Amino acid sequence: MNLIFNFLVFPGFLFTAVIGCLASWIDRKVTARVQWRVGPPILQPFYDLVKLSGKETIVPRGGARLTFLAMPIVALSAITLVSTLIWRVLLSPQTTFLGDLIVVIYLLTIPSIALIISGAASANPLASLGASREMKLILGYELPFILAIFVPVIKANGIIRLGELLAWQWTNHIFVGSLSGFIAFIVVILCMQAKLGLVPFDAPEAETEIIAGPYIEYSGTPLAIYKLTRWMMLFVIPMFLVVIFMGGINFSGWHILWGILKYVLLLVIIVLIRNTNPRLRIDQAMKFFWGPVTGLAILAVILALLGL
Amino acid sequence: MNLKLKALKKSLWLFHFNSGSCNNCDIEILDCLTPKFDLERFGIKLIGSIRHADVMVVTGFVSRQTAPRLKRLYQQAPKPVIVIACGSCACSGAIFAPSYNMAGPVDKIIPVDAYIPGCPPKPQAIIAAVVKLWKKL
Ligand code: SF4
Repeated sequence: MNLIFNFLVFPGFLFTAVIGCLASWIDRKVTARVQWRVGPPILQPFYDLVKLSGKETIVPRGGARLTFLAMPIVALSAITLVSTLIWRVLLSPQTTFLGDLIVVIYLLTIPSIALIISGAASANPLASLGASREMKLILGYELPFILAIFVPVIKANGIIRLGELLAWQWTNHIFVGSLSGFIAFIVVILCMQAKLGLVPFDAPEAETEIIAGPYIEYSGTPLAIYKLTRWMMLFVIPMFLVVIFMGGINFSGWHILWGILKYVLLLVIIVLIRNTNPRLRIDQAMKFFWGPVTGLAILAVILALLGL
Repeated sequence: MNLKLKALKKSLWLFHFNSGSCNNCDIEILDCLTPKFDLERFGIKLIGSIRHADVMVVTGFVSRQTAPRLKRLYQQAPKPVIVIACGSCACSGAIFAPSYNMAGPVDKIIPVDAYIPGCPPKPQAIIAAVVKLWKKL
């Protein structure tokens, strides 16, 4: 009973959805301010969702009906699960299980994989083009991402339990505070941008080029679910980084404000990167990730092994 | 239903279809989205795929080549969808009306909800049309 409540209401689906909508509003508002516009009202994401759920749902002819309709739900439930895990860690660090770090890393790739499958199930050439780009992008960023996540694990002597990583940071220092941790953090921010599918790594769904990539055939409620998934990722992935690199959120008194500030800082970094960069071609993105970014990640791992 | 209608009014996503216009009307539509007019204030944004669209903005006189495509796009759009004919060409054919290539105007092919005359219409006129549509919905 308690678990179902955790999954569906707090800190799972409902809570994450509301904060995710807020985060997406902040994203759009800051973008608008950067461009000297006024930007949408705060309830805009809710209007979008309600409107989309009231529209007709179309399944393209020749598409795989069941897969096409199921994939958004798979993506949504994966990201909800990640959020539930991370917030359980934050609220009560003792209740987590061994290896939940690995589970979270796995679950974070599921939205991308769902996107690839739904692109292939859409029976649309542009959608499959987007799906193949997404596949290449995953291959690109997943390697440096995991290498960089190794750094906190190495520094904390092989702990792979999120709660203990958090406790280690509270007794010693946060991981960004050390040299290797800082380098790993930069790598992870770049990978996060690709995970979120934002500029400069939004080649899979380039609006002006292949229309919307894997989303192109989606309409009505499934599209709403996908949008919601994206917005929730905008909340969950930075939260994950806050937990493993920045010491999480401390819920006693004023410290909670400091914790929220960490998240907002990451969000603003994401939005600013997205607004000040052009889109990379997919081959450039791959070269970027497998070249300099992986190099940095390996450097960070070596520094961590040396104890810096 | 009422909530959904309200949400629809607050988040109209435009799909822009050029059926053989001279490109001037298209530029004026993009003008509405620039910082000066900023339609995103009202939740209006331009999207690329017809499946996401709430409003189809059609410019141009509808040539014989584009007529079947326009019809097909209208059928592909998830309902409810609103159609706006933007520019004199789209409303009546204007100077192209006697042309051999004329298959339109738009309302001959698909049902139209709002007409915006002008060659090209000013951004203010386009916004005024959207406001009138809002009141009609
Ligand atoms: S109405 Fe005028 S500006 Fe618009 S497409 Fe026709 S000729 Fe061009």
